[in-house]
Amino acid sequence: MAELGRAALVVCLGLSLYALVAGSWALVTRRRRLAVSAQNALVAAFASALVGSLVLVVALVRHDFSLVYVATLTSEQLPLGYTLSAFWGGQEGSLLLWLLVLTGYSALVVATSRRRRSELLPWVVPPLALVAVFFAFMLVVISSPFETQLAPANGAGLNPSLQNPYMVAHPPLLYLGYVGLTVPWAFGMGALLARRADEAWIVATRRWTLVAWTALGVGQLLGAKWAYEEIGWGGYFAWDPVENAALMPWLAATAFLHSVMIQEKRGMLKVWNLLLVILAFGLSLFGTFLTRSGILDSIHSFTESSIGPWFLGFIVLVLALSIALVFVRLPLLRSRTRLESLVSREATFLYNNLLLVALCLTILWGVIWPLLSEAVRGEASVVAGPYYNFFLRVFGLPLLVLMGLAPLVAWRRASLRSLGASFAWPAGIAAGVAVVLLALGAGSSPVGLLAYTFSAFVLGSIGYEFVRGTRARRSLEGGSRRSAFSSLVGRNRRRYGGYVVHAAIVLLAIGIAGSAYDTVREARLARGERLEVGGYTLTYLGTTERMSANARELRAQVKVQRDGRDLGIIEPGKNFYPVEQQVSAEPAIRTDALSLGDLFVILENSNADGSVRLKALVNPLVNLIWLAGLVFLTGSLIALWPDPAEERRLLERYALAPA
Amino acid sequence: MTAGLLLGALLALAAVVYVAAPFLREPDAPVDRLAEPDGLELRRLALIEERDRSQDALHELEFDHRTGKLSDEDYRTLVGPLRRRVAEARRALEPRGEGRERVRAAG
Repeated sequence: MAELGRAALVVCLGLSLYALVAGSWALVTRRRRLAVSAQNALVAAFASALVGSLVLVVALVRHDFSLVYVATLTSEQLPLGYTLSAFWGGQEGSLLLWLLVLTGYSALVVATSRRRRSELLPWVVPPLALVAVFFAFMLVVISSPFETQLAPANGAGLNPSLQNPYMVAHPPLLYLGYVGLTVPWAFGMGALLARRADEAWIVATRRWTLVAWTALGVGQLLGAKWAYEEIGWGGYFAWDPVENAALMPWLAATAFLHSVMIQEKRGMLKVWNLLLVILAFGLSLFGTFLTRSGILDSIHSFTESSIGPWFLGFIVLVLALSIALVFVRLPLLRSRTRLESLVSREATFLYNNLLLVALCLTILWGVIWPLLSEAVRGEASVVAGPYYNFFLRVFGLPLLVLMGLAPLVAWRRASLRSLGASFAWPAGIAAGVAVVLLALGAGSSPVGLLAYTFSAFVLGSIGYEFVRGTRARRSLEGGSRRSAFSSLVGRNRRRYGGYVVHAAIVLLAIGIAGSAYDTVREARLARGERLEVGGYTLTYLGTTERMSANARELRAQVKVQRDGRDLGIIEPGKNFYPVEQQVSAEPAIRTDALSLGDLFVILENSNADGSVRLKALVNPLVNLIWLAGLVFLTGSLIALWPDPAEERRLLERYALAPA
Repeated sequence: MTAGLLLGALLALAAVVYVAAPFLREPDAPVDRLAEPDGLELRRLALIEERDRSQDALHELEFDHRTGKLSDEDYRTLVGPLRRRVAEARRALEPRGEGRERVRAAG
């Protein structure tokens, strides 16, 4: 079967190369059939990547340890779900997933653009094919998942920390996001190649960008949930370069989703929008490079890595070609419109963009500075949490305020009097919340208090916007409040879906700010001894051991009480994996549905005399972060939901140009 | 030759047929030129975008005014020029011969 896998990848490389060369030649010679043939090659490349992926899946399920990849990442004892997730558990599988998702997106782009008779399609094929060639080349020549060996009796097993349900979903979603950002980049480059300064590329990529951005956002939250439950330190995000790698393209794509509206509404920011799609795509490549090149271990391991230098070279090539193309087409991209007022909706979007990009670049600097310092001085500097937290506050708090302000401000210009009238309700709500929180003692963390006050302002402004909009719609159309509300949202799903996403970001901010009020206690406890933490009383009862499919599970029995009431027994522990020869922490988490906080208990160690060392945290409001994920997804789905009238209008608009 | 290689060869063959399909389906295509909008069509598209943008802006303006985000004074200042722009873009797009002349003149 390994031969079929290798052959499928070779065919995929050949097809991608053909799509690149024939697609480019078709543009030079303006030959229609050659262009269609190149498009077909991209679709066939997807079929080949799918065959290669299926071969790997079958090898994983059959525990075919004659494949080095399967033997390195799985074992006979590994449960089926985690065996399948080993597909993306290593470098070669991750690259194959990249290629599969990329060619899958490309095939969908070809199919949907043909249906819409998009004249941009022939111009989009070479950029998509260029990326496919790179990944297929890496898989065929540099890092193949189909390397064979004499099969050992058992595999080495999967890293225990990856044996978690969230790890099954987190990487594919991140890849859907990372790779999805290739599509807006390819359309942007295609439009430039075709010398098209109109909005066809933006209209064509709206949904693609939103899908990629949503997947990246949800994927990151699932990753945070995994870190929270699996890593066992009580937190969910540590500004680790791997986490930053996913956050940076998401921030750039967020900026693009906002600024593209200014181009649609006012015909402005054409160059800026192209630079943002280049940045988002470049950062998605950089994210894969960071996690797969070994550069995070050390510069030394990077230079020895099989894929690192190739990746770096490709990123430089893509960025250089893209920026050069924007530069060459600058005369086409000049906008005739100017910002009319600094107090307008578009101005708030512009400020939002500057803050998002500043935050993104600050994080990028924090990620590359240790690498640069190691390369130059031979010694890596450490950029730790305080650096990122400082800039998160500097840029994040104003972003929160802007999220509340933007819906209150009119497009083009707003007088201070009407702004004041719009401002009154949300500002009043925010002030009321601040006073209540101060009275409750939230002033112990000024940043937390500020974040909560601003969050109340944003929620107030979103609620006010829905109320005013519904009222206005009702005065125009009559009918009930419910029908006016449906009409309001249905007529502008992107805007109101966006407001729901803003509400999710507020929930996220409240959940994150809650960490300013965390309580932590740690103690060595003998049987029957107690630990008090954040209003909870924990009594250690003893330890138990049991066997699961592939691990020995040690659990401490801890009775939980609050205000004299028994809340049951929780079991923090550790798992010992004999095949992998590794240990994983298994914290116990008890959620309080009323306060949305968690009691988080970690078994630090167990001693020969039967005592244990427990670390207990009370994390207030942390569950708002996971709730934010659901609200975020809901808002994104509202924004993504097709609007047939709008689609008809756009089809008519671009159908006027020849197919 | 093993089964894996044979299947791989079949995959390659199917891919070649699919890639060659445009030439197999139309061996002597009378027109084999990529369709591209000419300068006039691009100008027309720009006018359509301008018309749609102005119309959307007009709707936004009405709605912002109705929801109280825009004062009467600002509304009066902004509404006139926007209506004129919508009217101009519509006139330039008229399907009659003189509309086409206007597109040419506007370009």
